Amino acid sequence: MTEKRIRVLVAKPGLDGHDRGAKVIARALRDAGMEVIYSGLRQTPEQIAAAAVQEDVDVVAMSLLSGAHNHLFPKVVQLLKEKGMDDVLVVGGGVIPDSDIPFLKEKGVSEIFTPGTPTSTVIEFIKNNVKKAVL
Amino acid sequence: MEIVDKARQGDRRAIARLISLSENEEPGAGEALKMMYPYTGNAHIVGITGPPGSGKSTLTDKLVKELRKRQKTVGILAVDPTSPFTGGAILGDRVRMSDLNLDPGVYIRSMGTRGRLGGLAKATHFAVKILDACGFDYIFIETVGVGQSEVDIVKTADTTIVVTVPGLGDDIQAIKAGILEIGDIFVVNKADRDGANRVVIELEMMLELNPNKPEWDFPIIMTVAPQNKGVMETVDSIIKHYNYLNESGELLRRRRERMRTEIFDLVTQQLTMHLTQKLAREGRFEKELDRVLNKINDPYTLVKSILEETLR
Repeated sequence: MTEKRIRVLVAKPGLDGHDRGAKVIARALRDAGMEVIYSGLRQTPEQIAAAAVQEDVDVVAMSLLSGAHNHLFPKVVQLLKEKGMDDVLVVGGGVIPDSDIPFLKEKGVSEIFTPGTPTSTVIEFIKNNVKKAVL
Repeated sequence: MEIVDKARQGDRRAIARLISLSENEEPGAGEALKMMYPYTGNAHIVGITGPPGSGKSTLTDKLVKELRKRQKTVGILAVDPTSPFTGGAILGDRVRMSDLNLDPGVYIRSMGTRGRLGGLAKATHFAVKILDACGFDYIFIETVGVGQSEVDIVKTADTTIVVTVPGLGDDIQAIKAGILEIGDIFVVNKADRDGANRVVIELEMMLELNPNKPEWDFPIIMTVAPQNKGVMETVDSIIKHYNYLNESGELLRRRRERMRTEIFDLVTQQLTMHLTQKLAREGRFEKELDRVLNKINDPYTLVKSILEETLR
């Protein structure tokens, strides 16, 4: 009866107020059997990291359309590490130029999903790459 | 256990890990809970329930901020439903509480009900114990209240707040939902809307008709949570109710009942698990199932024989 679930924090860092994409992802992950915690809009990296710790999530999925990804995504990764959550899978999505992706990956974001990515790709990636011992 | 010591010193990551361990019934969870049990019993456990959209999360956010002003620490368990079809869940209560994220005196945990009937997360009992042992002054359990789950929450909380809003329907709704029997404090939220006074009057009438009216005088409080209206009054009522529970001996009685339910629940769960695993292991069950489906046997005889065999 042990029911281990992948827990995902879907977070919106920064100042853009567009969360349609984040909500679509949240719903897709829910339908894939995951427990999705939605942070709400305009979160600071500190708030996101604190929520990730308190919720003991396996995945932090950030969505950002403001262009501040090169600053905010690495900041969240760094804060998670400082809090001892180095086993958390961090992924990002939104309007992110291809040329920024290598930098983000180097900073510890495992994958970036740009517009048009099927939700099934995101689900598969998460299921295959969750670092904690889930199932 | 190191993790237990860390959690009791307030380490957020350790607390979060312990809740996950018990939620997933992982090895070590039982041992940790045993170690923590002696330190429980000091927190005031407050349940908040009411229909979806009645403003429970926003109200919780405001109540907790008021308690923080009074130097109290608070753990919050926000329970949302798990889909019975996929096992997934969207836990969205943090959205209304996001500026509590960074408060060192607050810990928020979202939980899915994970298929347990009654709306209360399977591991809520465990999580309450963990937060209690970690020294939080208050533990808030917030749950979507539809029918049975409202009755379940009362078994876990010392004080239950029932949140309602104007416009849900007539007073018959309040009688049929069984809401009145479980609430200690009634909050009419969104009281700036039309019909709030009527809801208050209806609640008053219903409560007066309650035949087993104890010495506790049920407060009915009008709130407008985003404007902080009625929030201080609600916090005062929560404290007053705890004092009443203490002085009347009702607290001990409630905790006894709660422990009784908890133990029965655990026994039932473990028996069910034991039985399901045993049946699966023996591999005989599918054949028995075929026999029932082909009308060679009936389900009731099969159940009886399974029970007799197991409990012998």
